[in-house]
Amino acid sequence: MITHAATATFDRVALDCGTTLENVDIAYETYGELNSAKSNAILTLHAFSGDAHAAGEGGWWEKMIGPGKAFDTDRYFVICSNVLGGCRGSTGPGSINPKTGCPWGMRFPAVTIADMVRLQKMLIDSLGISRLLAVAGGSMGGMQALEWAVSYPDQVAAALPIAATARHSAQQIAFNEVGRQAIMADPDWNHGDYYSGRPPARGLAVARMIGHITYMSDESMRQKFGRRLRAPDQFEVESYLQYRGSRFVDRFDANSYIYITRAMDSFDLTERGALSSLFDGIKTRFLVISFTSDWLYPSYQSQEIVSALRSRNCDVAYCNLESHYGHDAFLVEAEEQTALIRGFLTSTHA
Amino acid sequence: MLDVYGRRDYAIIGELIAPGTRVLDLGCGEGELLAWLREHKNVDGRGVEIIAARVQKAIARGVSVYQGDLESALDDYPDGAFDYVVLSQTLQETRDPLRVLRGMLRVGKRGIVAFPNFGHWRVRLSHLWSGRAPKTELFPYDWYDSPNIHFLTVLDFEALAVREKWLVERRIFLSGQRELRAFPNLMAEVAVFLVARARETR
Repeated sequence: MITHAATATFDRVALDCGTTLENVDIAYETYGELNSAKSNAILTLHAFSGDAHAAGEGGWWEKMIGPGKAFDTDRYFVICSNVLGGCRGSTGPGSINPKTGCPWGMRFPAVTIADMVRLQKMLIDSLGISRLLAVAGGSMGGMQALEWAVSYPDQVAAALPIAATARHSAQQIAFNEVGRQAIMADPDWNHGDYYSGRPPARGLAVARMIGHITYMSDESMRQKFGRRLRAPDQFEVESYLQYRGSRFVDRFDANSYIYITRAMDSFDLTERGALSSLFDGIKTRFLVISFTSDWLYPSYQSQEIVSALRSRNCDVAYCNLESHYGHDAFLVEAEEQTALIRGFLTSTHA
Repeated sequence: MLDVYGRRDYAIIGELIAPGTRVLDLGCGEGELLAWLREHKNVDGRGVEIIAARVQKAIARGVSVYQGDLESALDDYPDGAFDYVVLSQTLQETRDPLRVLRGMLRVGKRGIVAFPNFGHWRVRLSHLWSGRAPKTELFPYDWYDSPNIHFLTVLDFEALAVREKWLVERRIFLSGQRELRAFPNLMAEVAVFLVARARETR
């Protein structure tokens, strides 16, 4: 598999909040080869804590992207970029503010899902691709896929929002807020100015632990941990969450946690009009997938999207896949998703 | 003669549908008919199916299928969204068949309905001789495990079409692989109707 990793820099990008960000980096990777007609490009969109490293060893969608996989790199040119506001090579609150020479911290402007997509669009344009064969992602990646289809319908032949929603619910906002409060309650957070000192590792680890609980299901936790003990005074599940929390701190910036979760919480396509009216006249094909045990992004949220698409007679396929993995299913259930995605992409023409 | 996955009713439906049209298949199973129509008639097809395993197979086949209940699924589509709405061997399983039929002719210009004929002589004889709920090759279930909850005959459908002012454009009656001309209510195992909305009278 031909793999390429790079960072693109743009002079400026206008944000929804009204400010313009200058010297904006976007880290990305590509897999496979762009054909001469430039008609085989697929943009994959990572979830909240993901990054540009989607395929190959350790890639977040390693099971789904590669030769012979759902996103077959022998056929398609697959792109993945780190989101704006992130901390994995793209500009975010941990980046240096060119005007002050200091890290942005909480002075970084608020970003939205639409801002992330706007920057991705600039990246795609700079690669000389005028129309994507598909945009695909799970969770926040699925929200970006929806944003792409609504904002640039003529540039997207197909959209695959997986385990996603058109708007964050009170429950989704609530869990994110608990995560943010855990970070802010850590004295090391220091209102976001910790880049020269100790990062708020304890707060960020707790936030991540909460996240992991919401990504699983009661059944997957029972199967994975049950009441097994790791040590005489420690349950397996406690040890797992602590391990996940401590590992997360090494690769993620607490301020990015705050900015990206706020971007997700503010996402509400219906602010721009009834969902069905946003899909009016869209030629983009859709494959919407939800998972039966996903209680963080419940099936009804996907069905709301599908219902709106059908009310405008858009071309949409929808499957509520049986899984006990909860929200994690979009990363874990490779085999069943592969059959769906492969069939859907094969019948999609740029 | 067409052969669509060995399903004679599919083959007939395939013949009834004009090329290049928009088709909605209710209870589309694994999408066999829609895939065939796309391949041979350049049809823009959509399907509705409730069983996840079938939906997966249909989508893997490249057919745009929606996983959901066909009775409520119809409500979402706009008026006249399709040239044909197909309901094959499912009408007798619906909870509210009249709502389904009316919905079909709202979202579609034409409806194609195929159903097993409860008026067939074997069904009548089975009931007459056994004195029990009829069991035949066509209706092989015991009363307590049958998916069929609304039984209808050819005559019943004709009467409903008159009452609802639907235009019956084609009627095809099958006994096994054979097409019938005479005594359909007695002899047909499967009936296929092509119906259209009546034009508004002023």
